[in-house]
Amino acid sequence: MDFLAPSTWAEALAAKAERPDALPVAGGTDVMVEMNFDHRRPGALLDLTRVSDLREWALVDGRVRLGAGVTYARIIDELGATLPGLAMAARTVGSPQIRNRGTVGGNLGAASPAGDSHPALLAADAVVEISSAARGTRLVPVADFYTGVKRNALEPDELIAAILIAPPAGPQQFCKIGTRNAMVIAVSAFGFALHTDRRSVGTGIGSAAPTPRRATDAAAFLAGELEAGGLWESRGALPEGLAVEFGRKVRDAAAPIDDVRGTAAYRLHTLSVMARRAATWAWDEHRRAA
Amino acid sequence: MRIELTVNGARHEADDVWEGESLLYALRERLGLPGSKNACEQGECGSCTVYLDGVPVCSCLVAAGQAQGREVTTVEGLADDDGLDPVQRAFVECGAVQCGFCTPGFLVSTHDLLARNPSPSDPEIREALAGNLCRCTGYEKILDAVRMAAQS
Repeated sequence: MDFLAPSTWAEALAAKAERPDALPVAGGTDVMVEMNFDHRRPGALLDLTRVSDLREWALVDGRVRLGAGVTYARIIDELGATLPGLAMAARTVGSPQIRNRGTVGGNLGAASPAGDSHPALLAADAVVEISSAARGTRLVPVADFYTGVKRNALEPDELIAAILIAPPAGPQQFCKIGTRNAMVIAVSAFGFALHTDRRSVGTGIGSAAPTPRRATDAAAFLAGELEAGGLWESRGALPEGLAVEFGRKVRDAAAPIDDVRGTAAYRLHTLSVMARRAATWAWDEHRRAA
Repeated sequence: MRIELTVNGARHEADDVWEGESLLYALRERLGLPGSKNACEQGECGSCTVYLDGVPVCSCLVAAGQAQGREVTTVEGLADDDGLDPVQRAFVECGAVQCGFCTPGFLVSTHDLLARNPSPSDPEIREALAGNLCRCTGYEKILDAVRMAAQS
């Protein structure tokens, strides 16, 4: 095995082009577990922690360009107000030690259906900025990024440069089910966003399908009911049963399995409850903000 | 490969480091610093917690090569010539040590908490120590020790 430690983004892309078998490692919270347990032996480790560009975030054209190597701890400290849904998800990641190392870029690279950031990224319509030495940069909507269980849209010579996320026009929520309040791999998770500027709803389901996914029909249903009731203008109370029906439709968008962390039936039930609560909390916050 | 890093203020080198090896393994097996403990090897237990460039991390999840040129402080670096760190003294006085295996990690995590927040509330202590597990379940006395260290 080789250990590649580029110090610039150009060197990192060149290294990945030359060594497509190299496994990128940032915080190591997934990769090093696989190394320690002999589950994976890549031809090389490609250490990205010396590439300072990846650790930066900035507002670019009205969106936050979040470097792939920004840690969860920094998202909580520096972007809690700007990216509330992602910051809520970041607070549920592992433990202080894990949040000090883990990154959203790493979460996307691993592409586990249980990754905590995915529901928040889906609900917020995030876009993944991907680069290669040969073809430059391309942008992939996060919903198209997840291609299978722990599989993503990256080509062998590509690296994740950044995640583009628009600061929200309306409230966001994130919910996660687990056996304790720390060090939990999600049994199920749900991200929610009220896009009040374009009168639409964002959703993200975690740990309840082969990939993170949206609840597209549920989102369209809720946005349509809010439109039909004139609620986007009036900010009136949610009609009785609307949040419950939204929860049912989110549940219907999932395709969970039984595993050691929970049964499929439990995952479906928790999703309907989380979706109902998230929608209610977000709508109440929207009303209070009037 | 060879790595060079600063541990507890002193320059160290290690040769023949395997490229997939963890910082924890390098500290314990190559640099003669067995204070950081090897238990879960997956970031769950916190027994291997060290400072990496001033930030507490699970050293089992840091590749040794990632620590090249960096500064590491282990539990061995908390005490100085004047004796134990106040956090260590509080753990001794409160009996916050049973089998002792988790203790180095709790000491580093507590040391970091009190550096950032000298008067933490109980919920803040619990949150700061959420990544450290004590299989003896001696949490009450650990909490006592953190409160005592905060007052010292």
